[in-house]
Amino acid sequence: MRLSYYPGCSLHSTAAEYSASAEALFQALGVELRELDDWCCCGATSGHSLSSFLSHALPLHNLVLAEAVGDDLLVPCAACYNSLKSAQAFMAGGSQEAGELKRQVAQSLGREYRGQVRVRHVIDVLADPRVENLIKDRLKKSLAGMPLASYYGCLLTRPPKVTSFETNPEQPQLMDRLLRLAGAMPVTWSHKNECCGASLAIPQPQIVEGLVGKIIAAARRAGAAAIVTACPLCQTNLDSRQPAGGDYLPVFFITEIIGLALGLNATPWLRKHLIDPLPLLHQQGLLAAS
Amino acid sequence: MAEQQVVPSQQLAAPVARLSGQPVNRCYQCHKCTAGCPVAAIMDLKPHQVVRYVQLGLEEELSKSKTIWQCAACRTCISRCPNGIDIAAINDALKQRSLARGIPPALPEVAAFHQAFLASVKSKGRVHELGMMIAFKLKTGTYFQDVPLGLKMFQRRKLRLLPEGIKNRQRFRTLLQGEGEKGWQE
Repeated sequence: MRLSYYPGCSLHSTAAEYSASAEALFQALGVELRELDDWCCCGATSGHSLSSFLSHALPLHNLVLAEAVGDDLLVPCAACYNSLKSAQAFMAGGSQEAGELKRQVAQSLGREYRGQVRVRHVIDVLADPRVENLIKDRLKKSLAGMPLASYYGCLLTRPPKVTSFETNPEQPQLMDRLLRLAGAMPVTWSHKNECCGASLAIPQPQIVEGLVGKIIAAARRAGAAAIVTACPLCQTNLDSRQPAGGDYLPVFFITEIIGLALGLNATPWLRKHLIDPLPLLHQQGLLAAS
Repeated sequence: MAEQQVVPSQQLAAPVARLSGQPVNRCYQCHKCTAGCPVAAIMDLKPHQVVRYVQLGLEEELSKSKTIWQCAACRTCISRCPNGIDIAAINDALKQRSLARGIPPALPEVAAFHQAFLASVKSKGRVHELGMMIAFKLKTGTYFQDVPLGLKMFQRRKLRLLPEGIKNRQRFRTLLQGEGEKGWQE
């Protein structure tokens, strides 16, 4: 199995451990990742906020590059995933603007957009029965019933018609299934897909602190020992803006958790977290004493 | 008390519908959007009111509202709307119209953030988080906000000192030139 890989800007900086763990995990599973050559930023929230053109043109740049390679496109970032899927939906809508953009893209990139690449998020790929079997065959450590809150946030499941790979986007389940596979115990909780405030963290931090506070309180109420995300911005917000006082909940990437279950060396990834997850993992006997 | 009569009109609804791609006229005010909106509690205009104001052509009120800048674009509203209206996309259209008309944004920090982000993307093809943050702080004067957090991220090598850019800048710039062409700007 081979996939094109679109890390996006965050995975090259603030969420470097998401990229490192994803790459190590897929290597251990025998799935080859080939980073898309010369990818550009997807535009993210700022793109669609200020420019309809950029919100479509930037993802199309990457989709056209991926079409030239031909493999499915693996995207770990929820915002990049959403941008790419939204651009595909916009083009498939066949509006006059879409036609015009198609012409512009063909002219500037020297290759026509065909709408042929399958864009897949990390969760979607990991929960694919074929990949799930690869994981099962390689399990080395059980997470021994550790109670974890799977946190989807917004952009992986919304709007469902455009993005969702889940049967019920209001109650997504695939991440829970993956956690169970790793031996953890996913908790049932209220804030699984409530918004963390996303990029408002920089211009309006008080909004994000309020939303993060509610999410953390809900995870605690459900008895979670940590939160698991599949989005670099959710992870950053939950890891950096938990209310002061009381114990902080560690915030993992799903690739780190599956990597731990496969016995991969997770310490270099986990050392990048702001809230140190190592004490929790030592307590659970999941890391060799160092 | 005699008040100015406000009646539905297409004066604002039509251009917002076009720019956002949203069927703004379909809204029948069920309030499901507002019920699920994570930011509604602090908004001056609630999401369902934004749509109603668009239908009524109340652009001045919308332009002065913080709501269009507070929307986190979480897409909960569109996911639950019985009429398939994406209010985040409407808020985007209203932001773009306000900026194009030179109206000072009710939350200038949010506008400055998006502008700094896109300036970074346009210059290198990828966003340089550290550079973008510095540009944002210079523009808004928020020099001391989140400095301890920034230092922690820096210690963990989560912020790159130097920007990373794409190789084929020429091709990228040609693509960006399309932004100035007809149909994309308000």
